[in-house]
Amino acid sequence: MRNSTKLIILSVLAVGLVLAFLFTDLGSNWDYVLPRRTMKILAIIVTGSAIAFSTVVFQTITNNRILTPSIIGLDSLYLLIQTFIIFLFGSTNLTLMNQHVNFGISVVLMILFALLLYHFLFKREGNIYFLLLIGLIFGTFFSSLSEFMQVLIDPNEFQVIQDAMFASFNNVNTDLFYVSVLLMGLATLYFLKFEKYLDVLSLGKDTAINLGVEYDRVVQRLFIIIAVLISVATVLVGPITFLGLLVANVAYEFLKTYRHRVLIFGAMLVSIIALVAGQLIVERIFTFSTTISVIINFIGGVYFIYLLLRESRA
Amino acid sequence: MIKIKNLSKKYNEKTVVNNVSVNIKKGKITSFIGPNGAGKSTLLSAVSRLIKHDIGEIMIDKKEIKSWKSNELSKKVAILKQSNNLNVRLTVRELVSFGRFPYSQGNLSEHDWEKVDEALSFMELHDIEDQYLDELSGGQRQRAFIAMVIAQDTEYILLDEPLNNLDMKHSVQIMKVLRRLVDELGKTVILVIHDINFASFYSDYVVALKNGKIVRQGPTNEIIEQGSLKEIYDMDIPIKQIDKCRVCVYFA
Repeated sequence: MRNSTKLIILSVLAVGLVLAFLFTDLGSNWDYVLPRRTMKILAIIVTGSAIAFSTVVFQTITNNRILTPSIIGLDSLYLLIQTFIIFLFGSTNLTLMNQHVNFGISVVLMILFALLLYHFLFKREGNIYFLLLIGLIFGTFFSSLSEFMQVLIDPNEFQVIQDAMFASFNNVNTDLFYVSVLLMGLATLYFLKFEKYLDVLSLGKDTAINLGVEYDRVVQRLFIIIAVLISVATVLVGPITFLGLLVANVAYEFLKTYRHRVLIFGAMLVSIIALVAGQLIVERIFTFSTTISVIINFIGGVYFIYLLLRESRA
Repeated sequence: MIKIKNLSKKYNEKTVVNNVSVNIKKGKITSFIGPNGAGKSTLLSAVSRLIKHDIGEIMIDKKEIKSWKSNELSKKVAILKQSNNLNVRLTVRELVSFGRFPYSQGNLSEHDWEKVDEALSFMELHDIEDQYLDELSGGQRQRAFIAMVIAQDTEYILLDEPLNNLDMKHSVQIMKVLRRLVDELGKTVILVIHDINFASFYSDYVVALKNGKIVRQGPTNEIIEQGSLKEIYDMDIPIKQIDKCRVCVYFA
């Protein structure tokens, strides 16, 4: 099967699911339901694409197919920020506190953290694995810190944090959504300048330098782009980077190519398919009694065990 | 010409290359020899800007390596490292086509594909060009990587232990190819090599390093002689003349 055929199949599947999500079980109040569903589906498409895209790029610059950008600790930082706000001001304040302010603070802090991490470590050491290791330690540190505060606070307040702990597309703020799209769009535009280097980067650092890629500069820019995309997506819908590992690997398996133009587009489509299908199951079958993270982690886990078993037999 | 002047490189506190000066002649094969840890690979990596040197300068065609634009330099100097593990699955032809990246930035023109074909025929890889690299033997893989470097069409070709893990037949094959690159296409080849007999047989110049310093350098027959080798390897190595070739009998 040719790559273009595979991409068409994925596109048809994605569009089909989107339409199914929008128009099935519409009921009589469609003028109320439809706009809400449209908002949800837009949020899914945007964040799903951003996660898929940044995971593929991240795996290429680290030359490793089992890492996700969450390893640098952005997810845990997000939870820490949320926990810290509630710990200091209480949950009533969170609901009082303007969502826009919360969004701004979180995005800025997360991007700042990624940049600092990059600046202090990568600049000096010139080794991306060192950066990942430190990121991992920071991530663990942030989660422990959040957990510590979560244990101390009132159980009712903890409920509020728990909401933030799972990704959800049910309450996406429209204004923030547009801001996010703008930020992600800018990051993507900037990325186009570096798109041609990805195939070469997947051959490894030495080969990339040999072929004339200004490795440090290119990797730094890509890293910043990833940090922006991940931060915005996480703040918009909650920690959702887990999805990246699954969709990137499904895309590699399905498309079997090294060309990033195809891979990135494919991974985005797989991501949209997974999220829309997951959301359909959550809403229509489980009637909101579970979250989409649970569904996708379950399916992803099963798929991974399948991959492992198949590999070990071969 | 590549001129290396007073070059030093430290890893933390350990000096790996210490005040090295070498001139590398155009259109010749120059071999770097010396014991493990002598700094040969580090020197080669510095010349190909894979690592940054601390002190000294490397002039490539009269221009310091740091003032070269990376993309321009990749049309001038190509390096092949000793371990080439790929995370992606590529066919031989796809790999070789990557050698055109400095010129094409990923969009290969008619001319680029011609160069890829030339490189494939030069390495006699046409029959296996559509096979995946992970299905090939070590010798075939190494030939594919060399073909990529040839497609890059640079004046200088740097190779870090190109014979690593190859049997005699494939080693000879690779060395003959390097000789042809120099004699037929006028390239300049610089390689790090451990087997001094291959160095003796195929290279024009030899640079011997030990503990980060140059012990000897000069035309091959001046270096492959008992006194020099004793100094380089701390071993008494008898040398036999067989026809026109000097063979080092280092086994005992």
